[in-house]
Amino acid sequence: MGERLLEVKDLSTHFFTHVGVVKAVNGVSFTLDREETIGIVGESGSGKTVAALSVMRLVPDPPGKIVAGDVRLAGRDLLALTEDEMRAVRGNDIAMIFQDPMTSLNPVFKVGDQIAEAIMLHQDKKKDEAWEMAAALLERVGIPDAKKRVNQYPFEFSGGMRQRAMIAMAISCNPDILIADEPTTALDVTIQAQIMDVIREMQTQFRSGVIMITHDLGVVAEIADKVMVMYGGRTVEYGPVDAIYYDPHHPYTWGLLGSLPRLDLAEKHRLQPIKGQPPDLLLLPPGCPFVGRCAYEVPRCRGEWPPLELVGPDHGVHCWIPVERRLEMRAGLPRFKEWVA
Amino acid sequence: MSLLEVKNLKKYFPIKTGVLKRTTGQVYAVDDVSFSVDKGETLGLVGESGCGKSTTGRTVLRLIEATGGSVTFDGVDVMAASRAEVQKLRRDMQIIFQDPYASLNPRKRVKHIIGEPLDIHGIGTEQERRRRVFELMETVGLSAEHAERYPHEFSGGQRQRIGVARALALRPRLIICDEPVSALDVSIRAQIINLLEDLQDELGLTYVFIAHDLSVVKHLSDRVAVMYLGKIVEISDSDLLYDHPQHPYTEALLSAVPIPDPATERARRRIILEGDVPSPANPPKGCVFHPRCPRAQEVCTSAMPALAVTGEAGERHQVACYFPTRYEGGRRSVSESSFAGAQPGAAGPAGAADA
Repeated sequence: MGERLLEVKDLSTHFFTHVGVVKAVNGVSFTLDREETIGIVGESGSGKTVAALSVMRLVPDPPGKIVAGDVRLAGRDLLALTEDEMRAVRGNDIAMIFQDPMTSLNPVFKVGDQIAEAIMLHQDKKKDEAWEMAAALLERVGIPDAKKRVNQYPFEFSGGMRQRAMIAMAISCNPDILIADEPTTALDVTIQAQIMDVIREMQTQFRSGVIMITHDLGVVAEIADKVMVMYGGRTVEYGPVDAIYYDPHHPYTWGLLGSLPRLDLAEKHRLQPIKGQPPDLLLLPPGCPFVGRCAYEVPRCRGEWPPLELVGPDHGVHCWIPVERRLEMRAGLPRFKEWVA
Repeated sequence: MSLLEVKNLKKYFPIKTGVLKRTTGQVYAVDDVSFSVDKGETLGLVGESGCGKSTTGRTVLRLIEATGGSVTFDGVDVMAASRAEVQKLRRDMQIIFQDPYASLNPRKRVKHIIGEPLDIHGIGTEQERRRRVFELMETVGLSAEHAERYPHEFSGGQRQRIGVARALALRPRLIICDEPVSALDVSIRAQIINLLEDLQDELGLTYVFIAHDLSVVKHLSDRVAVMYLGKIVEISDSDLLYDHPQHPYTEALLSAVPIPDPATERARRRIILEGDVPSPANPPKGCVFHPRCPRAQEVCTSAMPALAVTGEAGERHQVACYFPTRYEGGRRSVSESSFAGAQPGAAGPAGAADA
């Protein structure tokens, strides 16, 4: 792999609310190289968005606070930067696209204004130059009639076009890292395919690293080189994309894979859901957040968070169940054979 | 015999503008849709936002009044039914909504939400109703102890269970499931899907399952209808549709769904459609799909083709296309010349508007 862009180590972000402390992100570590894509997967409340916002230092404070950890962008300690220095990093080095393109664009400004603003903020360009660049960028992300479209307002754009405009804005300063937070969740599937295509194209062109945050394991399989599975603010498992799908070690990863209806399998299968409800983030146990829903719990799980265990090259898992036992249990899962087939 | 028979169903919403609220146009939300559902079967209605799948479901129940067409439920003409008759029909036909947050009244206790249909229809004594509510909660996997709670005390998946219990209260025969799992997380979604399957087996229910997620629809449905811009473009047995899609839109839709298997994903060729879905207020002339269709020829701009039988599957697989994909001896092909069986459908709204 290429040059290391980002290194996140033991990141913890907590929210101090009037009802208690929400440990949204709890000791999360990952790295990202040039031209690499990491998929951060998890359900609502798993901390995947907060982890990304922490890297950007965009967590609202108060109530949020990065309480521990280390975030290094090409060796630079981002958590030690002043707010002004950080502002220069955002957009320039790291850019983010959000889930809902309707609320992340300002409805009262023309699309061109909003892209040009980002350009003028980070580059020494005059207004008309920036506008021209905005039109060129829109064209690059596949918006037809871009010269006319820059003069339009967000409401005149469809959902897919708004997301393209967001991507245009994000790539306007050739960022090294693109964080995409559920960029296609609000879009229809044929439009999702278009947007994924644009993201991939931009990644190749700018040789960026991409952090793809999603709950959709299909999207991850499509785009990611490596995957981090989050649950209750913790990384329960991470590894190369093939390892996560074909050699998953954490019971939660099994649960996720077993819960999915598959379009490509001929026979009908009974889904294997995870029992119970997602945890209350205010009342997380000191140990593994998956206790209570895990079918294989051992007494130790409640009291202590398991250390990282390497089970393959660059493939780690946090789980107290001994590895031989784990593999035995996995082999007994009704649907596991189909996944690896 | 079919339990539900929908013929040429139309729903046009007027567009009103100006101070006088004059009608200046129509949104052709559902336009000439026909299908039937057998007892105990699940028909999936799939399509992207704005294709009219939810409007179809609601029009069938007369939650909104149709512009035209007929709906027959177990031999009874739903469209001609009086208010009292419709209320009676609703015992047999129920609906589960998408958003478990918006579809439950936050000021009511769960026992009242689930029991309300029983109250409205005056079924049983108070004691019997209470027992029925507990029984329903048990059926959908909720603890009867929670009957006194309010909706906000439940998680998304549990709320959707409340919605299911409410729909079951009157012992309906048909349930329209309008995106019942779309708002739920993966692990919870699987719980609700399994619940719906179990209930169908136990109670012999018939479902119309409306969703945009093709994997979920495939998993649950016996037959699937694919909608685009107010029309059904292809309808078929579920397996046939997924293995041998004939309409170019169905093919594109299927190919666009990411599959949770990295090796499969790397090997896949994706058909990427250009552009966006046109506005249903101003649908294209001819086949509604032709502006985005890679196969479109001149004939496609003349009139919307009617659903027709094209292959060996006979009546079970119908497609509305002049150039459907053929599968012969395991080989996939698309003919250069237009398919003889494809006939222009009844004059669509675009034609009518010209007149």
